[in-house]
Parts: sequence; structure tokens; C-alpha cells
Amino acid sequence: MPKVEIDGRQVEVEEGLNVIQAAERLGIEIPHYCYHPGLSIAGNCRMCLVEIDKVPKLQIACNTRVSEGLVVRTQTERVRRARQAVLEFLLVNHPIDCPVCDQAGECKLQDYYMDYDLEPSRVPLEEKVHKGKALDIGPLVMLDQERCILCTRCVRFCDEVTKTGELGLFERGDHVTIDLFPGRRLDNPYSGNVVDICPVGALTSKDFRFRARVWYLQRTPSVCPTCATGCNIDIHHLRGRIYRFRPRYNPDVNTWWMCDEGRLGYRAYQGEQRILEPFRRDAESVLRCDWETVLAEVPRLLREGAEAVVFARATNEEAYLLREIFGKLLGGGNLHGVSWSPENASRDDFLRDADKNPNTRGLAALGVLVPVEALRRALLEGRRDVLFVFGGDLEPVLGPEGLRELRRKTRVLVAADFRGHATLAQADWALPVASFAETDGTFTNRGGRVQRIREAFPPPGNARPGWWVLARIAERLGSPKRFATAEEVFAELAAAEPAFSGMSYATVGERGCPLAAVDR
Amino acid sequence: MGEKVLLRHEEVPGIDRLEVYVADGGYTAARTALREKTPAEIVEMVRVSGLRGRGGAGFPTGVKWGFLPKDSPKPRYLCVNADESEPGTFKDRQIIEFNPHLLLEGTLISAYAIQAHVAYVYIRGEFARGAAILERALREAYAAGHFGRNIYGTGYDLEVYIHRGAGAYICGEETGLIESLEGKRAYPRVKPPFPATVGVFGCPTIVNNVETLACVPLIVGRGPEWFRAIGPEKCPGPKLYCLSGHVQRPGVYEAPMGISLRELVYGEAFGGGIPGGKKLKGVIPGGSSVPVLLPEEIDVPMDFDSVAQAGSLLGSCGIIVMDEDTCMVDALRVIARFYHHESCGQCTPCREGTGWLERVLEHLEFGGARPDEVDLLLRIADNMMGNTICLLADAAAMPTRSFVTKFRSEFEEHVRLDGCPKRLAHAEG
Repeated sequence: MPKVEIDGRQVEVEEGLNVIQAAERLGIEIPHYCYHPGLSIAGNCRMCLVEIDKVPKLQIACNTRVSEGLVVRTQTERVRRARQAVLEFLLVNHPIDCPVCDQAGECKLQDYYMDYDLEPSRVPLEEKVHKGKALDIGPLVMLDQERCILCTRCVRFCDEVTKTGELGLFERGDHVTIDLFPGRRLDNPYSGNVVDICPVGALTSKDFRFRARVWYLQRTPSVCPTCATGCNIDIHHLRGRIYRFRPRYNPDVNTWWMCDEGRLGYRAYQGEQRILEPFRRDAESVLRCDWETVLAEVPRLLREGAEAVVFARATNEEAYLLREIFGKLLGGGNLHGVSWSPENASRDDFLRDADKNPNTRGLAALGVLVPVEALRRALLEGRRDVLFVFGGDLEPVLGPEGLRELRRKTRVLVAADFRGHATLAQADWALPVASFAETDGTFTNRGGRVQRIREAFPPPGNARPGWWVLARIAERLGSPKRFATAEEVFAELAAAEPAFSGMSYATVGERGCPLAAVDR
Repeated sequence: MGEKVLLRHEEVPGIDRLEVYVADGGYTAARTALREKTPAEIVEMVRVSGLRGRGGAGFPTGVKWGFLPKDSPKPRYLCVNADESEPGTFKDRQIIEFNPHLLLEGTLISAYAIQAHVAYVYIRGEFARGAAILERALREAYAAGHFGRNIYGTGYDLEVYIHRGAGAYICGEETGLIESLEGKRAYPRVKPPFPATVGVFGCPTIVNNVETLACVPLIVGRGPEWFRAIGPEKCPGPKLYCLSGHVQRPGVYEAPMGISLRELVYGEAFGGGIPGGKKLKGVIPGGSSVPVLLPEEIDVPMDFDSVAQAGSLLGSCGIIVMDEDTCMVDALRVIARFYHHESCGQCTPCREGTGWLERVLEHLEFGGARPDEVDLLLRIADNMMGNTICLLADAAAMPTRSFVTKFRSEFEEHVRLDGCPKRLAHAEG
């Protein structure tokens, strides 16, 4: 491993890193626009110019690989002046329309201007080159060519990552613009990523723009719940409302990217159709009730001979508690884990998986997953006293007629989910639980990686985290455990399940932890 | 003046035709090279000759060839840079149009020397006539067995393709040329890697200028010692000089490296002085991108090292002469306009700086300049210089720095008068 010196400090780094990455190891930020670790080196923005010992000209850090004995200086007067010059050049033809720009607050022009320039403009506004504004270039993306700094990240993304090549450069000199090739639209399944990687306000999200000022938003690291890939995301939210998902870097899962389907998946958690209180149905009507009643009545019902369905949208913790309840405490074993996805679900060989459930692999690892056909047979074969359905709707699995048949054959239907659907509507007991954004827990993705989701904000109304509801039911059924957090449930799970052996929320961390290879 | 070797057509009419070229001894050097010399021996001959690249940078050609990786399994390519576009430069065109077989023979020997089996001649799009002449010459040479399979029975194969550019100055930058040849925008590439390791289609590639390759048959045919004996020790060989602007006889002249700039401007065999007996104001010695020289600075020998010592660059030997009536602000404005138009737009300092320079110079020339805008020109040029992928930013910055520094009072006068005194006088008169 080569040893390099940056600003007088030594660091030993892996072969193949560039100077920007090596400096990061020392906590030294080398500003840059065009460089992106997931894309080829363009070297065009010239923001990362640094001094390299024995090289007369300033060199771009992004294209300088580390080598033994390399000496780099990033804080000299010469470097400072070069950065200031690049910023001034970038702003020569920039419209400086920050007050109406949706990128404000997460704009690298603003950030670096504050860090490295702070000079007044020497270019009159009326002499600037004008280009296209508010161009609708795809279902998700708007383009403002005047704000564009021509870093070509978006062009390289479409060339190198999606290999769809919708975007190109046109004209030359200060008239160069990013644009669609004639007859094209930016409508590939990953188009939203260009908005994330655009360092300025040139590419903005049609879905997000003008809906919130970014500095008000909070972000919580989580995992995309839209398919089995489990792309790492940040949930951007404010006062209990999700505004957007952004991909979060995880080299073992999604690197820097996520698909548009997952990106827009946040809408399912927005609050429409949420149920905010527990409900129970009696002969005539549906009545709101409280958790004390639920926890007094539901365990009693379950004792009368219960069967349960858990969807692969439930967390490992929830599935584990259900297994405890139905496997151990009730002595039964009638727990059916189900992973249902629509036919013709989108898929590709990159991030989109046809399995639209975030935790299929988790249910399998816990040994509760059954084939969908087996579940249909099991549910529609005979009659039962009580059926407990957790984390999903049986209507798409069984069809409307199948659900009615099931209902006829089931004396008491208990259903828990974060929002309303056909199964909940027909349930005798409807229990509101937290969405994936409102609870702590873990999902196991298609590759067997256990990853954390977190409570970004508390569940609305009287909804409770699923693990909390299940832990309380287990207590009422005689479990000696008194779980106060999902983390404690996970610790118990990890102790009990060899595949999860040694894991804790601390070891799962931000990037997840692979399941141990265990024969089941 | 001695024998003309590059402008041979001035002595041997019709030498653009194969039979005339061959009768004059053409393709003998190629035959000798392929039959009697190893590629390494040719590289060594070129290295020993001291030939330095005629495209503008003056890098030793043999050394450049030596940068090719020895152990790469990939094919090698030779690219002939015939994209001559620097304002004031029109020397390669002479060779292409009047002595095309000299270029082709140089291409053949050089391709053999670097072990390439494909050579591309990237010819400037505007050179329609040159491209047609070269195509015809190439067809003749193929038919006579100078190109294709098993050349001269040696087992060596070479295919040559003539590729016309689409019309952009930046295509002459060697990596821009490679990108363009590959069918892409001619965005110069970040280096490293250099073309010798990663060039056309990702393979080891040598890009050489037309005049450079035209020297190769002479070196092989007459020997490196002959070549070395012409001109200065460190920068030898015959050279083409392009004279334009305010001279009696503009044109392309052949003379040894190191002839004095004064001789080229005033000598009876060359420019013959300034029309109307006017005084000299300045000379750009190496194409519009290099610093201007004052009348007292033109005793400089025209070779790479001497002109650099004098504070300018030999560049492409595009000598632009300006008489006393020239408005230096306007001259610089025209130069800036060119580089603004030709900047590829890739690197921030060049994309934004070239246009900014032109705008400021328009303020000076046409009115509306602020007093600090003379210094602003220097500041913009300083910030562009040396900070981009290719040298186009420097090409705009260098003349700006030298014009403003050497003719500062003229720039300040433009600010004071709120425009060009010549234009104002014209408007009043």
C-alpha cells in the first residue's frame, strides 16, 4: 500500500485510489464537481486542482492516482486562487437565481462559493449567455441549461451506468449545453439518479421540486422497501411526512444508485389510507377501540386455535415474534410466511428485483416462508377459528373471491398493517401498526444481507410499531420476555438463530451484515 | 538558399503524381527501410536525427515513438495529424496538396517503425481539395504496391485510411483528434494515460504532424547525419515557415531551422518587408496562440529553444506580421473571438474564460469598458493558463498576456477614449 503525504500528513492507502479519495481518509476535503466515484473520470470542472511535488502545473486530484512517496498540497495560496478562479468562471454565465432554485441548500456552487470564493461578480447579468430553462426532459426530470456547469455527470451516468445514452453535449465553448439527443426522453428506469448526482440546480426532480426547502428536511438512513434488493436509502422527511427517498452509498448492495420505482415508492407511505386507531367489529358496526382492549381480547382469541400469515414486508423482528407466538407460546406451528409479488413485476439485472418484498429472504432464514400456492391451499381448505394476518393484504394473493371464501371459513379475522386494504376492511380486529419508516427493525435482502431500518418519526395517531404490538401479545400469552425495543428483539433473535449468530444493531450498522451460511 | 526537400514541388513540377515522385527517387527510402532495416533501427535513426515534432510542441519524434509499450498485445496505430487549423498556419497543406507522396512515404516508414498495420490520416474537414489529392495519391500508391499486403515482398502489411474532420480547431489536439476519429465529440482526453499507451480504440497510438512525417523519408534516405547537419544542433532539419499579414510576399517558405525571424520578414528570398514601407509593430512567430514579439525582438533564430528564450514559441511557424497601423486591441479581439468559437467547452476555465475575454475586448474596442478591465484581461488569462486538459486555454491566454503587457498604453487609450481611436476617427471622418 503506497504511503502518501497530504498537507504534511502521512497516510497509507490502497493502490488505485485517487488523491481526492486519499485526502478523504485524512478528513481533507478536495472540492470537486465532475468527479463521482461511480463514474469515469472526466477531469473537466478543474475544481480539484492541487499541487503535486515536483510537478510544475497544478494537477487535478481526481485523475492523480496515489503512488509511493506522492506529496500533495491542497491548502496553498496557489491552490486557493485556482479554486477561486474556477468558481468565478463557473459563475460567469450562471443566472445566480438561487432564491427560486430548488437546489438551494444542497448546491455545490453555493457551498463552494461560501468556502472558496466570496467575491462579488465582475460580469454584468445582461451579458450572460442564455440557454434553455425548465425543459421537461423526462417523467422525473427537469433541465435548466443555464444553471448547468457541464460537469457531464448525468451524461456519463446514462452512458456508463444505464447504458441508455439519452443525454449528450451540444454546441461548443460557452454555448455548450446538455440536452436530449433528438427524439429521446430521459425515461430509463433509473433516471432519477441524475438529479441526485447533479451538483447544481440544472437537473431537478419533477416529483420533489418546490415541495420543500431542503434545509428543513431531516434525513434518516433506511432501506428501500420496494423490492428484495434492499437498496440503502435516506428518508428525507419533515414532521411525520416523507418528501423523498435518496439512495445511500452501500458498496455491497446498490453502490450510489436506486431505481425510479423505489424512489417513488415513498408515496405508499405518505399517509393516505392510514388507519390511526385499532378497530373492532361487532354484529352491527365497526368501533374504534384502544390498545388495552386489543391486548386483552386478541391474545384470548388466539388461544382458541389460531393460524397466522406474515407477509415478507414484515421485519425480521416481527417475523421472529410471530414465530415465538404461533410456534412456541401457542404450541401450534400454523405460521405461513408469504412473499407475494404481482405477475410481470418489473425486473432487470441491475437493481430491480421481481420480488417486490423487502424481507423474503428474512422469512426464509427464519424458516417460516411457504410457497404462495401452499398458502392458498392452506387458507382455503378448511375452516378455522382465528386467523391473524400481519403486514399485508390477502386480496391480491387469493383474489377477491378467495378472500370472501376465506372470510366465510374464518370465525375471527385479526389483521395488522400500516394502511387500509381489503383484508383489514373485512377484519374483526384491525390493528394499526407503524410503516417501515416509523419503526426500528431489519430486513434481509435478496443477497442475504441483514440491513437496518429506523424510526424516522413516530407512527401517526394510535398506530404502534409492529414489534411492540407482537411483543405485548406475547407477554399476554405468557412469554417471560419484556422487550422494550426492537433492538432487544433482534438480540434475542440473533442468539436463537444460527444464521444471525453474532449480529446486533451495532454490528449490522449502516451497511448491513451477511447472514451466516447455515443449512436449514 | 539550398535545395528544397519539403517543397520539392517547387523544383520538380508534377511531383504530386506517383511516376514523377518515383523518378525523383521517391519510395526508395521506404523500400530500403522495409527491406534492409528493422523497425528499431528506423526509430533509432529518427532519434539520432534530432527530429522534433513540427506540430507545435517540438517534442523529439524518436523519443515519442519510444513511449509505445513493448509488451502490449494490442495493435498499434499511427495517426497523421493533418488537421492544420492554427490561424496563420498553412504549411502542411502545401505538402498535402503538392507533395502528397512525401507524406505517404513518411507515413509508410513511420508506421513500419512503430509496427502499426493501420494508419489514419486525419485531415481537416475544410481541406476538401487536399483530401481529394491525397486520396488519389494513395490510390496510385496502393496500385503500385506501396501499401496494402506484403509490401515490397517483405511480409509487412499497412492499410491507410483518410479520415476527413468535421471542422473544429480542437480536432488538431492529438487526443481530441483520437476522439473525433472514434466518432465522438473531439473532447481532448485527460492525461495520463497518453496516446502511446491508450490511444485510438484504446490501443497504443502515435500521432504525428504532417511535416514531421514528411521529414522521415529524408532522414532514412539521406541519413540522420545529413538531417542533423541542417540548422541548430538541438533543433535540426529543414523547416516550413508560413508568412502572413503585412508582408510583401506572404506564403510558405522552406529554410533551415534557426533562420532569423528578421530574415523571414524582411529577406528578399522571403517576405520582402512590409508593404508601403511602413514600420513593423509586432510579429506573432508561431501561430495566433503564441506571445507576440516586438520589432526589437525579431532577431531571434527560428527554432524551438531560441524562440522560447525570446519569450514566445515557435509553435507551428505561423508568422503573422503586423504593421504600425494595426490596432493591437482589435487584433487581440479577433484572436480571442477565434478561441472562444473553437473552445470545445469541456474545461471550466477555457469554456468560460475564452468568451469572457472576447466580451471584455469588445468593451475595449467598441466602448463601454470599465477602467479595471485591462487588468481584468490579465487576471482572466492568468486564471486560464495551465489549468485545463489541453492547451487551448493557454492558446487564448498567452497572446492576451503578451498583447496587454507589451501594448498596455494602447489598451488604456481604448478605455480612456471609450473605444478604438481608429474606429472613432473613421466615424467622425
